[in-house]
Amino acid sequence: MTARVTAAASDWTRPKYGAVFRAGLALAVLGVLAAASVLVGATGIGWSSILSDADAREVLMVSRMPRTAALVLAGASSAIMGAIVQRLVRNRFVEPSTMGTVDCAGFGLLMGLLFLPDAAPMARLALAAAGAWIGTAMFLLLLRAVDLRSPLMPPLLGIAFGGIVGSATSFIAYRYDLMQSLFAWMTADFSVVLQGRYELLYIAAGATALGWLAADRFTVLGLGDDMARGLGLNPALVLAIGISITASVTGVIVVTVGFIPFLGLVVPNIVARWRGDNLRRSLPLVACMGASATLACDLFGRLIFHPYEIPIGVTMGVLGAVVFLWLLLSRQAR
Amino acid sequence: MIRVQDLSKHYGAKPVLDIDALDLPKGGVAAIIGPNGAGKSTLLSLISRLDTPSAGSVLLDGDDIRSLKSDALARRLAVLRQDNALTARLTVRDLVAFGRYPYSRGRLTATDQAKVDEALGLVGLDGFEDRFLDELSGGQRQRAFIALVLAQDTDYALFDEPLNSLDINHAVAVMRLLRRAADELGKTVVVVLHDLNFAARHADHVIAMQAGRVVHTGTVPEVIRAELLKPLYGMDINVSTIDGRLIVDVFG
Repeated sequence: MTARVTAAASDWTRPKYGAVFRAGLALAVLGVLAAASVLVGATGIGWSSILSDADAREVLMVSRMPRTAALVLAGASSAIMGAIVQRLVRNRFVEPSTMGTVDCAGFGLLMGLLFLPDAAPMARLALAAAGAWIGTAMFLLLLRAVDLRSPLMPPLLGIAFGGIVGSATSFIAYRYDLMQSLFAWMTADFSVVLQGRYELLYIAAGATALGWLAADRFTVLGLGDDMARGLGLNPALVLAIGISITASVTGVIVVTVGFIPFLGLVVPNIVARWRGDNLRRSLPLVACMGASATLACDLFGRLIFHPYEIPIGVTMGVLGAVVFLWLLLSRQAR
Repeated sequence: MIRVQDLSKHYGAKPVLDIDALDLPKGGVAAIIGPNGAGKSTLLSLISRLDTPSAGSVLLDGDDIRSLKSDALARRLAVLRQDNALTARLTVRDLVAFGRYPYSRGRLTATDQAKVDEALGLVGLDGFEDRFLDELSGGQRQRAFIALVLAQDTDYALFDEPLNSLDINHAVAVMRLLRRAADELGKTVVVVLHDLNFAARHADHVIAMQAGRVVHTGTVPEVIRAELLKPLYGMDINVSTIDGRLIVDVFG
């Protein structure tokens, strides 16, 4: 009887129009943050100056709009990649930066800087994505060799693996005097985003959209290989699709703006607590919140020491570490 | 009918399953019993193509399962393995709806929704459909997984030790549910069981396995007999009849 009553109560508190309301709210928050992101910067731009001042319009079109677009695209796709790999690996604590994917993309990028210094952006992207693909595959092979009873094992293994690849990358970069350029590539920094330097991110958006189309496959695979096979899916194929999408998106983000740490960990976990892990349903919200969190962290970094900027990697790193700790501790409390 | 022909499975040189011939008739509940390591789970995964045999074949109503496409097979035969450890946070309805994946590839039609409703009703989880699985008891969660199998709407449904780690009352409820699936939905239910009393009470056919081989098949009174069970498990087992029902006493 009690169970009946609570079930009815939960129906009552979750009416159908709630979903529309929540979607509207999430979009409204995103809209406000995007508008603030466009208007805030070293040069003051007001609504009136956009209409009257040609210089202000120039700043808007060349610098501010691309920056906001880059923040939204990178934030949304990073968060979605986190949600997808968490289903593929069946672990809440992985995301491209805790499975070696980002470090291996960096290694690929370095190989490009070394051997093809004048390469076209697309070639750089291809190398970074190839590095990310190989790195993710190696991480998955490593996972097979260890005892996975502790949910912390995969991220620890991934961070260690990424650390080794990262050290090798730094060593090579140091020997060839490429440290500074590598650091500039790898650290998430949106202050350098200008018109003509972020458009590759639309490729990430496209790949992310493919990920959303395959969302049900990833959710089913997250139920286990046998379950997926029993429902008529080929687990190895779904995994390969998932890795390829993750690797291309990570590659794009690394070569354009630098990967934003923790975002793919924090956002999907918060959404999962609230809305669950059915990717088809959760991904739009994950995208919205990923973009909003990125915009908010970027705004914070731009405003706190105005007119100077703190890179988003730093603000997101602090926020991400705090939320990560909270997730860990509350999980143990359960 | 599921027909197993010369089926074997080796891991390296070690044979884990070797069956010359086995027929699982259509309809009813068939229980597979036997000690640990007898190959019961292996047989189930070979029949459901979760694993590939080293040699031999499995025919599903005359069709070799290797010749069937994955989704075609998934519309004819469903399987529930043990230990469905969930790392995903899904609602009951979301989980059960994935039983329709072989039909709709995730885009549920009205028919799919009706099948999901029906399955939820059969397992008694209507009203719980918006709950997350991690908020349910073990028995409810197991019923949700069984609803997924029922929603898959297959002629054959295979269960690997579905009563594991359930309280007695939940175990009885789940077993009655499998019985209903056979009686009311006309499914052929194949279930690996450890508790011989559940097999004696709820099954129509019993398949006894030992060391990778099928040693006895037949109706419940044919197989649930002390002189067959004693050597099977290597222990003293008594079978008595109380009120016309077989009771297996394994406590010596």
